[in-house]
Amino acid sequence: MITPGEPLASRPVPEGGSRVTIRIAGDSGDGIQLAGGRFAGATALAGNDLATLPDFPAEIRAPAGTLPGVSGYQIQFASTEVLTPGDRADVLVAFNPAALRVNLPDLRPGGVVIVNSTAFEDETGLRKAGYETNPLEDGSLDGYRVHPVAIGRLTREALADSGLGARQVERCKNFFALGLLSWMFARPLEPTLRWIERRFRDRPDLAEANRRALTAGYHFGDTARLFETPLEIPPAEVAAGVWRALDGNEAIALALATLAERSGLDVLLASYPITPASTVLHRTSRLEAFGVTTFQAEDEIGAVGAALGASFAGGLGVTTTSGPGLALKGEFLGLAVMTELPLVVIDIQRGGPSTGLPTRTEQADLLMALFGRHGEAPLPVLAPRSPGDCFWTVLEAARIALRSMTPVVVLSEGYLANGSEPFRVPGEDELPEIRPRRLSDPQRFEGTYVRDPETLARPWIAPGTPGLEHRIGGLEKDELGRVSYDPDNHERMVAARAAKIARIADDLPPAALEEGEPGDDLLVIGWGGTWGAITEAVRAERAAGRRVASLHLRHLNPLPRGLAELAGRFPRVLVAERNCGQLALLLRGRLGLDVESFTRVRGIPFVVAELRERIAAIVGGGVS
Amino acid sequence: MGRGPTRKEFATDQDVRWCPGCGDYAILASVQTAFAKLGVPREKFVVVSGIGCSSRFPYYMNTYGFHTLHGRAPGVATGIKLTRPDLSVWVVTGDGDALAIGAGHLLHALRRNVGIRILLFNNRIYGLTKGQASPTSETGKTTPSTPGGVADRPFRPVALALAAGATFVARSVDRFGAHLQEMIERAARHEGAALIEILQNCNIFNDGAFAEVTGRAGREENVLYLEHGRPLRFGPDGSRGLALDGAGGLVEVDPGQAPGRVLVHDERAPDSAVPDLLARLDAPVPLGVFRDVSAPALEQVLRERREAARRARDGGLAELLAGPNAWTVP
Repeated sequence: MITPGEPLASRPVPEGGSRVTIRIAGDSGDGIQLAGGRFAGATALAGNDLATLPDFPAEIRAPAGTLPGVSGYQIQFASTEVLTPGDRADVLVAFNPAALRVNLPDLRPGGVVIVNSTAFEDETGLRKAGYETNPLEDGSLDGYRVHPVAIGRLTREALADSGLGARQVERCKNFFALGLLSWMFARPLEPTLRWIERRFRDRPDLAEANRRALTAGYHFGDTARLFETPLEIPPAEVAAGVWRALDGNEAIALALATLAERSGLDVLLASYPITPASTVLHRTSRLEAFGVTTFQAEDEIGAVGAALGASFAGGLGVTTTSGPGLALKGEFLGLAVMTELPLVVIDIQRGGPSTGLPTRTEQADLLMALFGRHGEAPLPVLAPRSPGDCFWTVLEAARIALRSMTPVVVLSEGYLANGSEPFRVPGEDELPEIRPRRLSDPQRFEGTYVRDPETLARPWIAPGTPGLEHRIGGLEKDELGRVSYDPDNHERMVAARAAKIARIADDLPPAALEEGEPGDDLLVIGWGGTWGAITEAVRAERAAGRRVASLHLRHLNPLPRGLAELAGRFPRVLVAERNCGQLALLLRGRLGLDVESFTRVRGIPFVVAELRERIAAIVGGGVS
Repeated sequence: MGRGPTRKEFATDQDVRWCPGCGDYAILASVQTAFAKLGVPREKFVVVSGIGCSSRFPYYMNTYGFHTLHGRAPGVATGIKLTRPDLSVWVVTGDGDALAIGAGHLLHALRRNVGIRILLFNNRIYGLTKGQASPTSETGKTTPSTPGGVADRPFRPVALALAAGATFVARSVDRFGAHLQEMIERAARHEGAALIEILQNCNIFNDGAFAEVTGRAGREENVLYLEHGRPLRFGPDGSRGLALDGAGGLVEVDPGQAPGRVLVHDERAPDSAVPDLLARLDAPVPLGVFRDVSAPALEQVLRERREAARRARDGGLAELLAGPNAWTVP
């Protein structure tokens, strides 16, 4: 960690185990996400572990220089395991006064501020940010180590003879800043230079300008010596293998290609654009060579309908969406439950209700995913714990959908969708077998809803199979597939559908602790994308001498076996989630567990320090 | 192609539960007869429906069938066709299902030219929910939900389909078996989306829905049969004809007086202006194919792209998963 107060210039290269959190912030048109993403890519290649938090407004281009238009990108990287993007930044790069104002509260006291001083020379910019006096001059930044760098002017000078217009030159300053950061943290420039080459293949003038801005920033760092030496963060010790940087939505796209390739099924991704899920559609649409077809439907309902049609036709239908879209798909999920067809629905949760906080993260769709349908309509629900884990979770969801003939909901979230982390690329032998079991022999057919004794799944018969023509639909059927309004039949079929889902738990690993051991003073239970923050908090509290354990749920329905028994071995159980207590309600209702809640709904990841405070308050004692 | 299934083989053992006298019985018989004429094996047919009286249809067809949600059949049928372009995919829907709750899906399926055949049973009423006004109910019609008469104006399904860019649009009548069968056969052979509006009687809630067409006198006076390359003539012995009025509309002319002015029907016209004028006529009522033009079907376009991408693929799954910027930790 960069120690507050200590001048960086005199700081030696840190020992192994160092970690840094950087936040880059500017106007939403400044290319902040791009610069952040490139820095993360270079950091991953340098072998550090990392976690990122892109944070941008819902408006594509809010008025320039205003507070609502500020876009930020935070990254924590280290030579040891990184579980979160960091509570507070050690270094803030602010492109304009608004970015400084919005982000300063998240900077550690004594942290480093690099400001684009060019943007502070102009009264209008200061006024738009609500500054009456220039914060670079009025002493309000005295608690920080401030380094004004005229990023705007230096970029203009570097590109003076580039032949580009003022506006295009202005848009290169993110690469100047990236060059400066690359020098500060000894990141190699080559990956970014290669990226520029690819990205601007058709615009050699822009490629050259960005290259020059990047190297100018790098050389500025070297020449101006803001700091004595670059801050090297040695590579983290990680498992051997091939690694890459991966965000959650890219991980989903890769999972869909893997699914098509490994199962031999025609996979149809049918979706409607919605933040923050759209990039799954974008990325998957480039993977048709692997057997995935993408279809942008006219609306959320048309999308899930087409996906279900694909599954009826013997392929595998997948649809991606976010909360409002999941609400619209509810009726089709009921039909998928009723007709017992495989279907994978991926909800990238965002802040709600309604349009809510479309670019922010939340976990408040859990109960909708579990119960948001009319009638008795249980279905499996899974949640990935990290960006890379989205890959494995989607593969598992598909395996369950195909094996048990059921729709499955995957609850990712904005934080995982946009955040990246190093991901160990699996070898082919590490990928799960996905063998769809379709019935094509009329001799072996007993009835549309005559179930497999092991999985309780009904047979899957693709149209085109001679001798097995049959009809399915939303009306209740008997075992032979005939429409039936018989009261006893309905009760029997409701029970059979529920038993099929409950039985999936036989296949799942039983409940197990992440950290700590049975008999500790407190068990913290979480699910989905809070895994990193909870793990970091629990490890820190354990290191401080508190007996606290953690358990993380990947399967929200059915719940893993042994959960109630395991939780019962702790005197207190705290459920930590980013909603108002949905999992807590489930655990109380389903398992009769007496739990307490730690909940936040601020649209951002947990602040680890807050969770630690709560744990410490419950457990008491400790040596910190 | 060997002998296809017979009409009887398309019937299921389910009891048909439409009201006695419903126009749906005649349509069912025509569909079964037409399917038998196509020479396509039974297992290659998929009948998809939404919700409503007509949407019980799949249960009575011994093919693959999917009874889905109110208004949503086009989406499901699209997913089926994209996954299995070799299947003959049919949507059975009604005026409430297709034009109210499902209007958006219908228009987009037609716009995309996905190879599904849509049979739109239009009886101008909600039957299964007991007689409310539908999007094709005439202005002023009294129903339980419109005791003061329907206040708004009806859709014209054929005009709507043409506006959506449909490449095949036809109209027939439940009880005109031979004509309906011909339309179904033609729709089956069309590449891309096809829609047939089938005028249908509901003898319980809207009896005589299209009496002006189906009655003996009406049939002779009011039906205009559209035949490609033939003049637009109707009435006893074709004594009346239609011509352009020079002001963007149609006008009735006497073919005996001005034979040269009578329009010749061109279902293959690239422009749907004249079919659209025909689609807006209340009298006479045109039956037959309004439009039949050729355009690439969505499922074929996507399939070809995917095959081209497969041929151009320059790495396996391992390369895809690693991406261009992977690094190796020893």
